[in-house]
Amino acid sequence: MSGSIAQPPNNTLPLSVRDLTVAWYRKPVIWDVGLDVTPGQLVGVIGPNGAGKSTFLKAIMDLVPRASGRIEIFGQSYKRSRHRVGYVPQRESVDWDFPVSVLDVVTMGLYGKIGWCMPVRRHHREAALRALERVGIGEFANRQISQLSGGQQQRTFLARALVQDADLYLMDEPFAAVDAATEKAIVQILREMKQAGKTTIVIHHDLHTVPEYFDSVVLLNMRVVASGPTETVFTRDNLEKTYGGRLTLLDEATEAMRRRERTL
Amino acid sequence: MRTLAALHSFLAFAASSLTDRSIRWPTWPEWQRVLLLQDYNTRVVMLGTMLLGLAAGMVGSFTLLRRRALMGDALSHATLPGVGLAFLIAPSLGLAEKSLPVLLTGAALSGIAGVIAILYVRNLTRLKEDAALGIVLSVFFGAGIAILSIAQQSVGHSAGLESFIYGKPASMIESDRLLIGCSGVLTLLIMGVLFKELTLLCFDEGFAKSRGYPVLLLDLVLMGLVVIVTIIGLQAVGLVLMIALLVIPAAASRFWTQNLKQMILISAAIGGAGGFLGAAMSALFRNLPAGAMIVLVCSSLFFISMMFGTERGVVVRALRRRDLNRSVDHQHLLRGMFELQESRGPKAGIPFSELQTLRSWSSHRLLKEIERCRRKGLVFRNSDQKLCLTSSGLVEASRLVHEHRLWELYLITHADVAPGRVDQSADAIEHVLEPELIAQLEELLLQKRRVQGIAPSPHPVDATEHAS
Amino acid sequence: MSALSNWSWDYDGWIVLAGILCAVAASLPGNFLLLRRMSLLGDAISHAILPGLAVAFLITGSRSSLPMFLGAVIVGLLTAVFTEWIRNFGEVDEGASMGVVFTTLFALGLVMIVQAADHVDLDPGCVLYGSLETTTFDMVNVAGTEIPRVVLVLAAVTVINLVVVVLFFKELKLSAFDPALATTCGISARLMHYLLMIIVAVTAVASFESVGNILVVAMFVVPPATAFLLTERLRSMIIVSALIAAVSATLGHVSALVVPSWFGYRSTSTSGMMALCAGILFFAVSLFAPQHGVLIRILRRQRLSRRILSEDLIALLYRMDERKSGVVASIDQLRAALLSGGLMSSLLMKQHARKGHVIATANGYQLTDSGRRLGAELVRSHRLWEQYLVSEGGVAVDRIHGQAEQLEHFTGRELRDRLQQETSAPVLDPHGSPIPPE
Repeated sequence: MSGSIAQPPNNTLPLSVRDLTVAWYRKPVIWDVGLDVTPGQLVGVIGPNGAGKSTFLKAIMDLVPRASGRIEIFGQSYKRSRHRVGYVPQRESVDWDFPVSVLDVVTMGLYGKIGWCMPVRRHHREAALRALERVGIGEFANRQISQLSGGQQQRTFLARALVQDADLYLMDEPFAAVDAATEKAIVQILREMKQAGKTTIVIHHDLHTVPEYFDSVVLLNMRVVASGPTETVFTRDNLEKTYGGRLTLLDEATEAMRRRERTL
Repeated sequence: MRTLAALHSFLAFAASSLTDRSIRWPTWPEWQRVLLLQDYNTRVVMLGTMLLGLAAGMVGSFTLLRRRALMGDALSHATLPGVGLAFLIAPSLGLAEKSLPVLLTGAALSGIAGVIAILYVRNLTRLKEDAALGIVLSVFFGAGIAILSIAQQSVGHSAGLESFIYGKPASMIESDRLLIGCSGVLTLLIMGVLFKELTLLCFDEGFAKSRGYPVLLLDLVLMGLVVIVTIIGLQAVGLVLMIALLVIPAAASRFWTQNLKQMILISAAIGGAGGFLGAAMSALFRNLPAGAMIVLVCSSLFFISMMFGTERGVVVRALRRRDLNRSVDHQHLLRGMFELQESRGPKAGIPFSELQTLRSWSSHRLLKEIERCRRKGLVFRNSDQKLCLTSSGLVEASRLVHEHRLWELYLITHADVAPGRVDQSADAIEHVLEPELIAQLEELLLQKRRVQGIAPSPHPVDATEHAS
Repeated sequence: MSALSNWSWDYDGWIVLAGILCAVAASLPGNFLLLRRMSLLGDAISHAILPGLAVAFLITGSRSSLPMFLGAVIVGLLTAVFTEWIRNFGEVDEGASMGVVFTTLFALGLVMIVQAADHVDLDPGCVLYGSLETTTFDMVNVAGTEIPRVVLVLAAVTVINLVVVVLFFKELKLSAFDPALATTCGISARLMHYLLMIIVAVTAVASFESVGNILVVAMFVVPPATAFLLTERLRSMIIVSALIAAVSATLGHVSALVVPSWFGYRSTSTSGMMALCAGILFFAVSLFAPQHGVLIRILRRQRLSRRILSEDLIALLYRMDERKSGVVASIDQLRAALLSGGLMSSLLMKQHARKGHVIATANGYQLTDSGRRLGAELVRSHRLWEQYLVSEGGVAVDRIHGQAEQLEHFTGRELRDRLQQETSAPVLDPHGSPIPPE
């Protein structure tokens, strides 16, 4: 059941997933997921807790074994096209006490380009600094990373993804527990990336902001409930199918839709 | 260099002695004597090490779950300076320097100092658990060696002390076993009383803290238990191999169960069996040191558990994964054929190439699945090599399709609870969901069928299904 | 210092040099072990190599060190490989799988040794723990100078480790910090893992052979841990850890000679004392480190809470003064309102009196003009924050006080001006109290 965001014109789609089934201990976590993402889209993946959103991203990057299915990134396996993929993990996935500066972390995005055993040169650091300034935390470049707030840490990750200069970005909850200013800044950057022709897939939690942030959404609850342009897919009916009858959430979403309508 | 010289001379000897001697297989009466515990000395040793294995297995379960498996490593090294100091100080207190109670008191005190040091590093600096253990281990051990080296000067020899590092179960006497027995019972009691609290500590420290449990105190109790077990084990199996008894049985029991109580019991059993069998083998075969044999028996049990454990064993998990992949393929094939035949009529065969484009499977995988279904009599090839469902295949396929649609419907109507319960690979939906719920879903499916005139899958993108 | 009177550079100098080389060689990869949370791997490997030594000898029958060295390094690597296997295939926690592997290998080694050594009264202690004291017994002539073989071996290992760390600095750093990213960058985290394991095993075996394993196990962990508390960059952490390693080695040998003499004993195990000295250095640093030291942090916290209390006292007096000008408040009144300790409050009020913020009268304290200015600033910050939280943050009026109470202590003139601007210069706060002018 391939919920397709657009019909595939050719095989150079940034991401094409077929029949993906992933299971832990016999129990499927995601099930027969199919998805095509066209270039230059900002895609939100939403769904309830335990719906397999993170597993979906990890499966794309071959980090979890899959029971069936095929995944193509720009028409190739992940292994062969991984230099075109930028991953922004959840903040907790690294040790923030690690003795490196903010600039160092951003420069790490360039290590693949710098090459084995070659030292980091000044122009690499300058590129990293530009990325940091772009996300608005240039003045913290020389701080040790544990001295950053949650929002600043998330911006650091974003800057690192920027210098990587990938074509497809996978972001695992970049908006989790960040302040309002950071959220705005991140959205701004995501839009700029979209304009530059990058494709970004973002796991998102906050239904309020979905219509405002994303061109397309994928409603995921073990399987793709619906996917496509936000206006047509982000409906009360589909949300009910994704989240069940949890009223508060639905009210939130309805409220969000109403706001969206007002702004249109 | 002395080290190498010693090693060389020893190894040279080893080589010569290995060539002219083979291990003698014990006679039947010898087996009997040892295994039926007829010999007094052997009995003391075997029961003692078995008790030790039991206690260590139980305590080890908790430290393993606390992700501190190597705490025993650090704490057993931490006892060494205490042993050395006790050895030095005992004569001035008018006691024999090798009196066991004095040495064990010293070991206990410095073990406790080690516990405090670990907690200090872990809680008050920004270093992590492993660094705390590593620091305590190496520094205390260094101090211990320095003190022992002084002790050697003062008494001339400290032969008894070596057994703390390498263990000499054979030297175990009745009073030692009593000591081990008492400490074992004490450990058991403490763990029984604090079972709930220790479980919580291991499972979710943050939650325990938020519920007002004295986490630090519980931590201390857990480490205290490790110290007790370690100290009684020092005499028997020695410092390094004591670690094994704390780690291996617990790690092995994880392969058999997910239930904590069972895990502790299994771990105790493995530890006990290791102690018993290891000591028995050492008694039966000349020149097999008991401490090392206990460890080797335990690690053999570990590898057996790791391979064949019924819960998380390697074989079981590989089989499970294979079954899962097969069941996914099975469902894909039969459902795909059913739906194609639905639209084309039952007689129309389906060419292989079409099946292959249906899903993203390799032709190898598809062929194997077809072969499995053919053997079960679910599909056959008709005269022009196209695939058809047999009548029993049709029944099976329609059952799968029906169940699949029920699952999908369930996922949609009960989205908030569904992800935890959906188990498409289950043999039948009835095994997972309650009958009333299924009746409800059936009703819903019927309604939809009536409204739409067909039996669609209940989600909108389904129209494009298999289009690619 | 009579114990040092026998110091001879020909003898003790070499011992110290061997110790320093071993310590530095171990501390270099130790930094990465620490950051990857594998500090105990050094210990595991140095125990596990026992069967490697025995098997290498039994197979080749050779007494030369090279086969033994290779055998031990291979078994050391196998320790890492097996640990990795059990962790992956068995889904066992890393520490536990390490524990299973190294104790099993150690036991195997012990069985081999004892099995074979039937009649030899062999003390495995001297096999395992080696001794630095014998450094000068085995000299090699290099370009006309007599150099202990141990020093040569350890110098070679130090150079190898240094080259690896410098050459692969970037890769080691990334794969320790974020293995997933390393893999997307085409730097195989697994490859780097095994590269690190190779130099750890080589270091462990070379040191084991020459100076015993206590020293090397300690130096894998303790100097990097100490440096971790002192530095904020990986590069400086590595340099500092090497320095600390060298210092503890030197101090270790000196104290091995000196300390026992205080109690009337002869010198003790040098490598043991080196480990102990590293531990003492670590403890001192953990207490006194300028950024992360335990004492410093306690002091800092106390100073902060004192400052906050001191400011709260003045702000309270100001508020009372607002209601009734020239009010005199006793220390008990102030204390009761702030729920603070009596001693600390009166000390702080005396301090205020000394600074001229208040005048002490028989009935209590009264604000002076300078004290009133100080109080006004604090109260102004507090009320501006309240206004800001309500108007900009949308926080409910009944929940703003607590937050403003904390923020007021960290608000300077500049921030107040910005608050004033953003809240469009209010006169009253949300509770209706006047906001004092600057």
